[in-house]
Amino acid sequence: MKLTKTLLASTALTVAAGMATADGHMANEMTIVSWGGAYSNSQQQAYHNPYMEKTGINIINDESSAEAVAKLRAMNEAGNVTWDVVDVVAADAIRLCDEGLAMEIDPDEHLAAAPDGTSAEDDFGDLLVSDCFIPQIVYSTTFGYRTDMVGDTPPTSVCAIFDTDAYPGKRSLEKRPINNMEWALLCDGVAKDDVYDVLETDEGQQQALDKLATIKDDVIWWSAGADTPQLLADGEVVMGSTYNGRLFSVIEEQNQPVAMLWDAQVFDLDGWIIPTGLSEERLARALDYIYFATDTQRLADQAKYISYGPARASSAPLVSTHADLGIDMAPHMPTDPNNAQNTFLYNYEFWADYRDDIDAKFQAWLAQ
Amino acid sequence: MTDATQNSGPMMAADGTTLKSSLNRALRRQKLRALMLIAPLLIFVLVTFIAPIADMLFRSVENQIVSDTLPRTTTLLADWDGDTGGLPSSEVFEALYTDIFVAQERKLHTRLGSRLNYELTGVSSLFRKSGRKVEDMGEVYQDQFEDLDGFWKDSENWNALMGSDSWLADQTAWDEKSDTRQPAFELREGIDGLLPQTAATFEIFADFVQNEDEDNLAKEDPWALVYSALYTDLMQEPDVSGYGGPGSAELLEAMGAVGTFETVDYPAAFEEIDKDWHSIDVWQTIQTYSPDFTSGYFLNAVDMKKSPDGPEMRPDNEQLYIKLFIRTLFMSLVITGSCILLGYPVAWILANLPARTANLLMILVLLPFWTSLLVRTSAWKVMLQQQGVINDTLVWLGVVADDSRLALINNQTGTIIAMTHILLPFMILPLYSVMKTIPPSYLRAAKSLGATNWTAFWRVYFPQSVPGIGAGSILVFILSIGYYITPELVGGTTGTFISNRIAYHISSSLNWGLAAALGAILLAVVLGLYWAYDRIVGIDNVKLGG
Repeated sequence: MKLTKTLLASTALTVAAGMATADGHMANEMTIVSWGGAYSNSQQQAYHNPYMEKTGINIINDESSAEAVAKLRAMNEAGNVTWDVVDVVAADAIRLCDEGLAMEIDPDEHLAAAPDGTSAEDDFGDLLVSDCFIPQIVYSTTFGYRTDMVGDTPPTSVCAIFDTDAYPGKRSLEKRPINNMEWALLCDGVAKDDVYDVLETDEGQQQALDKLATIKDDVIWWSAGADTPQLLADGEVVMGSTYNGRLFSVIEEQNQPVAMLWDAQVFDLDGWIIPTGLSEERLARALDYIYFATDTQRLADQAKYISYGPARASSAPLVSTHADLGIDMAPHMPTDPNNAQNTFLYNYEFWADYRDDIDAKFQAWLAQ
Repeated sequence: MTDATQNSGPMMAADGTTLKSSLNRALRRQKLRALMLIAPLLIFVLVTFIAPIADMLFRSVENQIVSDTLPRTTTLLADWDGDTGGLPSSEVFEALYTDIFVAQERKLHTRLGSRLNYELTGVSSLFRKSGRKVEDMGEVYQDQFEDLDGFWKDSENWNALMGSDSWLADQTAWDEKSDTRQPAFELREGIDGLLPQTAATFEIFADFVQNEDEDNLAKEDPWALVYSALYTDLMQEPDVSGYGGPGSAELLEAMGAVGTFETVDYPAAFEEIDKDWHSIDVWQTIQTYSPDFTSGYFLNAVDMKKSPDGPEMRPDNEQLYIKLFIRTLFMSLVITGSCILLGYPVAWILANLPARTANLLMILVLLPFWTSLLVRTSAWKVMLQQQGVINDTLVWLGVVADDSRLALINNQTGTIIAMTHILLPFMILPLYSVMKTIPPSYLRAAKSLGATNWTAFWRVYFPQSVPGIGAGSILVFILSIGYYITPELVGGTTGTFISNRIAYHISSSLNWGLAAALGAILLAVVLGLYWAYDRIVGIDNVKLGG
């Protein structure tokens, strides 16, 4: 029967097409997932371009890092992982590692040693927060303020965000509990070392929310990293939290009347993971790329294009000047001694446990 | 005719069957042919649309992960009663040791930890930590066996003891570099009667090495877990003397020695890993979530939770979802209403202008429709914010004071304004196409019969345009219920929808079960409203076009 033939033919075609896309990974192509924008550009300049030149492998960029966790799980369940290397923040890397979606890495076997012979494991040190995670940069979530809206006494302490008398006007905070809860407790008189002990308890969580409630009406809650820079540039807020690299570009590249408030900046990490379930050939290529892109010189090179600190101790002395602006980048690094006088360390273990619970309470509090 | 059939029984076809069944057969063939024509589309829709949705929604009750990962523990735990305040017995702890050991080799323990962490905070790190340290417990016995006799160190001896002779021969003959499959491990006959636990754990180990790790079993040393099992078996004092296979001498020797071995106190060892293992809450959570299917996600989605005494409401400061459901429905109604108010006059003008002008205006309606959603939403930010265009204009006009600028964004107002604008074309287009079909002569006829402008519109024109309103309302309402990008960007805290939480659980917390439960409820609400609409207005009264 003619119809049956047509059906069979079309089914065969569909299957063939499906197989063709599954095999779509050409021998000399790899897909690298990152955040897009200025950040991807810095990786393109510092890692991708030299790597493509060296090996002839073509790198395809996919700007999906924001949804990487969900997409990787979906790909894994479908048995068709199309990504080779993925850029995620450390907290997501821990989650992916827990879910068995990211491959465990042996730093000394898979990563380059420092030029002076220090092993990769020692060179990255404490920053190896998960077995699956290869740190790339240290960034910080910190505050910027409008220099023309704070009068003669620019804020020097993070607690200025809670001081609406001295600094009237709106402030912007991220629409999630992480960092905000810590700052609230710090400014409510909790000692820095005790913050996470207090935050473990229901009373401590309530204390942090109560402190945040004192400024709830003055806060614009952001969910995209670009929000605070825009709000600051438009004068919508007097101060706001965001990633330090975003503030750098508002201050140095766009010359807005904004200054950094580094007090109690929260260090966080961003880096690579390799998905599980890659074929041997693709895995070898991904590992080769990782080995190349995370050596001491490459990490230092990235700081020419964006103001995030390299994750290797051995890279810090090699940080030079901005590729376009020509200014010295070291003073703009969150890890610079002047900026890092009072810092706060993101507690990955704590948030891996408490993220879901505290987030539920935080969102319920927001909706009240 | 009816009389005839009544009198002479059912009418017969030529082949002796009743006419009815004969006709049915002929029709069935026709129906089948028709079905085959639409089969490609039907299969396409089923495979790419219905099946994934059903699969996703099924996750809202699916819970096999607990009993799959901790099979022995959950079985033993079924009889435990947490209300007495006592911890589970030490057999349960031993089963937990076996389960976690196997799970950490397969790297499944952290996945289970994340799953249970949705129910009890802290389980995630508890499992991660236990997975790292559980090996130490087994090494206590492994070291003692190996110190007793070098025999126990060697993987070859283990394989000879546990494996059948034919498998051993096959495995030795197998060439690792060849493409042939590794011969599947087979237990030695009778060994599972003699050393039941050892045989069971060794089989798991062999299966893992051969099928998951795909390593050569002949070269892999057994897990520490196998040694613990051997110790347990030997303490039962099996009749080893009857066994004459490989390793019988060493087995006898071990049999004599195990009585003096240093033992592992599993409850204490787990407490040493983390004191939470001695918390009743942890065990109750594992017990509560042991069944393969759970109502936990659905309870969570309506601000309730499972407790040992049955479902109960969450405390006030954790209630969120019911509020968001109500808000989503209410705001979607407001958005639909404002779309009708704004869209109706526009559609009227479009329908009554000469074609050339109407087409030009139509492009103005469609233009924002073709612009990216993000661009339109961001444009509204610039317009509505306190230092934005609208507030600046109002201040310049002196309508509002400079220090009391209107809050038009990051609240409900912002969401309603931006979403009304985005969804307006979905209201205008069906309205326009319905109004196009209403002859203008009706209005003229009404007026010539003495109706006022208003009566002519309300009694003659409006009833005929209702199908357009119905179609537009359904489109706008259902679209707005599922919107999440716009509320996320301009909604602040009071203008976010339930879909924002669904998106969060899909992409950030990976709690797909809860996301599926929330989605299922939303789907049920929409279907319920659709049904109500059909009963009240009638779905036949909806027209998408002339």
